[in-house]
Amino acid sequence: MFRYTIRRLLFAIPTLIAISFIIFALLDLAPGDPTANLPLTIDAKTREQIRISLGLGEPFHIRYIAWLNQFFVNEPLNIVEQWFGIEFSGSAERLRIRSWSTRSPVVDLIIERTPQTLWVVGMSYVVGILIAIPIGVISAYRQYSWIDQAGTLFSMIGFSVPTFFTGLVLIVIFSVNLQWLPMIYDTTHKVTDWSSFLFQVRQMAMPVMVLALFNAAQISRFMRSSMLDNLNQDYVRTARAKGMKEHVVVLVHVLRNSLIPVVTVIALGVPQIFGGAIITEQIFRVNGLGALLIGGIEAADIPLVQTLTFIFAVLIVGFNLIADLVYGILDPRIRYD
Amino acid sequence: MTDAPTSNNTGPDTDMEALKPHRSLWYDVWAQFRTHRGALAGAAVFALILLAVGVGPYLHTVDPTYLDYRSKNMDPNWAHPFGTDNLGRDMLAQVLAGGRVSLAVGFTAMGLSLLVGVLIGVLAGFFRWLDGPLMRLTDLFLALPLLPLLLVIIMLFRDTLRRAFGPETGIFLLIVFVIGITSWMQTARIVRGDVLALKEREFVLAARSIGTRERRVITRHILPNVLSPVMVSATLGLANAIITESALSFLGLGFPSDFPTWGRLLFDGKDFLTLTPSRVIWPGLAISLTVLSVNFMGDGLRDALDPRIRGR
Repeated sequence: MFRYTIRRLLFAIPTLIAISFIIFALLDLAPGDPTANLPLTIDAKTREQIRISLGLGEPFHIRYIAWLNQFFVNEPLNIVEQWFGIEFSGSAERLRIRSWSTRSPVVDLIIERTPQTLWVVGMSYVVGILIAIPIGVISAYRQYSWIDQAGTLFSMIGFSVPTFFTGLVLIVIFSVNLQWLPMIYDTTHKVTDWSSFLFQVRQMAMPVMVLALFNAAQISRFMRSSMLDNLNQDYVRTARAKGMKEHVVVLVHVLRNSLIPVVTVIALGVPQIFGGAIITEQIFRVNGLGALLIGGIEAADIPLVQTLTFIFAVLIVGFNLIADLVYGILDPRIRYD
Repeated sequence: MTDAPTSNNTGPDTDMEALKPHRSLWYDVWAQFRTHRGALAGAAVFALILLAVGVGPYLHTVDPTYLDYRSKNMDPNWAHPFGTDNLGRDMLAQVLAGGRVSLAVGFTAMGLSLLVGVLIGVLAGFFRWLDGPLMRLTDLFLALPLLPLLLVIIMLFRDTLRRAFGPETGIFLLIVFVIGITSWMQTARIVRGDVLALKEREFVLAARSIGTRERRVITRHILPNVLSPVMVSATLGLANAIITESALSFLGLGFPSDFPTWGRLLFDGKDFLTLTPSRVIWPGLAISLTVLSVNFMGDGLRDALDPRIRGR
């Protein structure tokens, strides 16, 4: 298992370096001038000074290496310092990735926005899994029954109807017509007592449900096919022959074995959920990472967009790694060592 | 594969065969496809949508960009079956015109993604020395955060392409290109797997032994045999392209608002939810129905093209 882990880790490093280069090069070589939106009264000499102050004076490869250094060395050191309260030498002159539009460190902006996204995204993933697993189990156990047909239709609708449409329909129904739920997510809301907690639940209901339905549609399909693969296996017959109760056979023996591939699918899906959250946050005006990215793109804030996009890439590579490792732990046949 | 009886082979079996009508592969596929109720319904709905978008603008001859301030924000009525927007433009005409653009983007991007996917899949499967590098490239593309990258590419290159090709063609080319170039990976993987298996089959060996050139082996023997997985991924690709285009337009980074697409209509309509909710319902319903019908067709096609499922 140790060698397997090391091999997977070593595969992840070149991938990350290649992706960081693609993202950096794409944003850097694109046409467009960061000073183009400044007033026309600024003369050429001042413009050049502004460009240099933004760090654009150096050649491409120097800036790329500096950015890598800032991302992989400086910012992690800063986070370690903040968490443990230790001072490393030279923490004052350590360069940080700064946003062009706000001039504050990009990592601080990201840390500020992460909780909102994590609450909505994490909650929706949990709710989605909780919906998906029973649907998958029942549709596989009663294959071709009406409940299976309904489950198939549900998942088909779930991944065909885009989240931005389900979100808007929910708003029309529950906010405009029934007026039960707030239309806009209030990120400054603090939970202090019971009524404010209820408000928090109400404002989270719609964004969470939109994403949860989408997740449930995909996971329930995987759950169903994985259950179907296992239900015909010999060990199931053995368990029944031993005289075990049917619910023990299905919910203990078959479900546990069927969950192995589903767990990896769940891990692989996490980064996509962050991508989907970009759209959901836009619908419900959640002030999270997706909104930060869209704002950065609209303001042509290159360092912010570079860093945020690369963090999404790190999430994808990281969760691929986690999925591989979890599969290796749960199913020893997969480890090849 | 043909079951047609030959003259020099007479026996009880072939006499029975001779009574049956001639069956071709595509007839079998169609027969299996027909038994899938969802797929049939999907095909019918999709044909209806294509027909509405293709013929509709000739029947409902209101200009989608015509501004009529006196009849703005109207609910559906006889003159405007889907209502009007905040500038008095007719929504039905806009949905029909938007459908043309959305479907055109969907089909073109799907074609591009299939082209790239099949090319890379065949090259990687057929030539051993290309397999490693091309599959690493595929893995790399699969690890890219696609939606953020699409948004970034569109933001960066929008203005340059607009200047080069005009506002509408430029953005059309850009969106088709970025969707096509970021959605070929699944096709490439499936095609590579199939080509790897096909390459070892006897008919390829036979073709090689009579001196067929490699290019000819690929076009004549390999490509027709990977057609079925490619058709299934074509349906998935079409659905994916339509959703991606709508998502980009919905985030305000797609087509300009005087050039409606379904996603753009949703984006423009979402600020008027309390006033005219029908402005988001119709384009959203159009996207959802199209994608749903295409996905059902893909589901039926997958069953119909799978010889293990197809009843013989």
